Amino acid sequence: MPTTASPAHSLTDVAASDSTLRRFLHGLPGVDAVGLEARAASLGTRSIKTTAKAYAIDLAISMVDLTTLEGADTPGKVRALGAKAVRPDPTDRTTPATAAVCVYPDMVTVAKEAVAGSGVKVASVATAFPAGRAALDVKLADVRDAVAAGADEVDMVIDRGAFLAGHYMKVYDEIVAVRETCGTSARLKVIFETGELSTYDNIRRASWLGMLAGADFIKTSTGKVAVNATPPNTLLMLEAVRDFRAQTGIQVGVKPAGGIRTTKDAIKFLVLVNETVGEDWLDNHWFRFGASSLLNDLLMQRQKLATGRYSGPDYVTVD
Amino acid sequence: MSEKSEQQRLSVFKTYKLYVGGKFPRSESGRVYEVTDSKDKWLANAPLSSRKDARDAVVAARKAFGGWSGATAYNRGQILYRVAEMLEGRREQFTREVADAEGLSKSKATAVVDATIDRWVWYAGWTDKIAQVVGGGNPVAGPFFNLSSPEPTGVVAVLAPQESSFLGLVSVLAPVIATGNTAIVIASEKSPLPALSLGEVLATSDVPGGVVNVLSGRTAEIATPLASHQDVNAIDLAGADDVLAKELEIAAADNLKRVLRPQPVDNVDWSTTPGLDRMTAFLETKTVWHPTGSLGASGSAY
Repeated sequence: MPTTASPAHSLTDVAASDSTLRRFLHGLPGVDAVGLEARAASLGTRSIKTTAKAYAIDLAISMVDLTTLEGADTPGKVRALGAKAVRPDPTDRTTPATAAVCVYPDMVTVAKEAVAGSGVKVASVATAFPAGRAALDVKLADVRDAVAAGADEVDMVIDRGAFLAGHYMKVYDEIVAVRETCGTSARLKVIFETGELSTYDNIRRASWLGMLAGADFIKTSTGKVAVNATPPNTLLMLEAVRDFRAQTGIQVGVKPAGGIRTTKDAIKFLVLVNETVGEDWLDNHWFRFGASSLLNDLLMQRQKLATGRYSGPDYVTVD
Repeated sequence: MSEKSEQQRLSVFKTYKLYVGGKFPRSESGRVYEVTDSKDKWLANAPLSSRKDARDAVVAARKAFGGWSGATAYNRGQILYRVAEMLEGRREQFTREVADAEGLSKSKATAVVDATIDRWVWYAGWTDKIAQVVGGGNPVAGPFFNLSSPEPTGVVAVLAPQESSFLGLVSVLAPVIATGNTAIVIASEKSPLPALSLGEVLATSDVPGGVVNVLSGRTAEIATPLASHQDVNAIDLAGADDVLAKELEIAAADNLKRVLRPQPVDNVDWSTTPGLDRMTAFLETKTVWHPTGSLGASGSAY
């Protein structure tokens, strides 16, 4: 693994045309699926206890994008979520705040007010989330709305249909257009919906495609399909951001989302981060968890460490 | 089959396992301890549960609580009766285990097992009758129907009696689950085998997984985290000695758990008719005030 970045211009011509992009993406080395899963599984067996566990729990809390993406979201629910993001455990003021709240674009204004002055960011999904099946104009209008309402981060979905059909340039152009619409005020997270990409090779290609197009973050999934973030697909994306930085010098964040519910799971992901890309990513500027119920489990584990007795769901909020 | 070939057959030893969430796991710690009969002869290895097993059992019991407490009392009664049916089919096995554990003759052990099955049936019958006895309409000075009904307390940790390994166990477990609570049972430390076998019975008699969770091991080691656990609503200290009972009661105070101290009967005689005390110990009373409407000059609107 070379640590010095080679010149950025080595990748400049990649997106010159559909065929060069295709040649580049298909030229990426194939993924050793068995090796990848074995590596992810073996890193999941690390025993993290006592002070290391306390550190990991606080770090994980500070990395949570507290999410509510339901048709039934009300302003009241978003305000409650904002209050929880700012002060996850009101009985213990040493608990760190979460990184962000993640809502639909029409709730951004409410969320901004709820977290005002706290440093907690507001992320908004956009581009016809979660399916992404809309015309580009509609997607860009969605993004403009979110950014105008004050979203600090935009979570876009890629057009999986185009990607699977091999129209990589279309996906690339869309990401570039969204990136431009976000301007300088919002960071862009690109969701691949790895559960719909079928193969590890596709996840690797999508990761590079997203990073080439200017993503600030690459994100596994929407949380709306059967298979969401898993340790192997997150490990694969971490390897991609590591290699991308080595080649271009540009650091890209990673956000696994969906299906991470327990502290044990979260710590496994943190081990993956530390062992794959190192401490540079162990910060909520570069690594996030997209989750809702995870936070409660983290808080219960935190209470257990602080008091020595097991906590229960009666002592955290019902979301 | 000749005498010789019969001798050559290797007997199949049973691996006793925990019963948690409807499954039969080994202890998370991988530990076991030797269980001996009343003459210190080795019987089997039983799992030596850790506090993490206790925590997992609480999670399983909490998960099962909604379904079990929400089931109709009639349905709970049927399921518990089914348990008695399954026990009847395994009488010989339990007779052997009880005889070994408590040093009883075969006839005495049979009497104990029969009494245990009858005890189970007795509690099965109470599921849809307890509400009439401890609940009902209250006369109040106002235009209201005022109704009280018993509700299960929640997740109950049960320290099974140390000496009476089967009749005692059922006498403390059945009243807890009959009313809709879910239970984590810590089997008798010295004689856990009947309790672990009871798990096999429960697994095959329609009792939803997690309603009863059976742990074996050192009573003090498992009971301490359960007593302080914030998601356990009550604890029955039948199997605790004086010193342990005091410690556990202190630990249980933090989330205002209901605590049932060891009762006089707990170390003497399990064979007497139980009465309702063990059921009512783990029931809460819900009272509903329902307006009857305005009272006109002619009296009630009804």
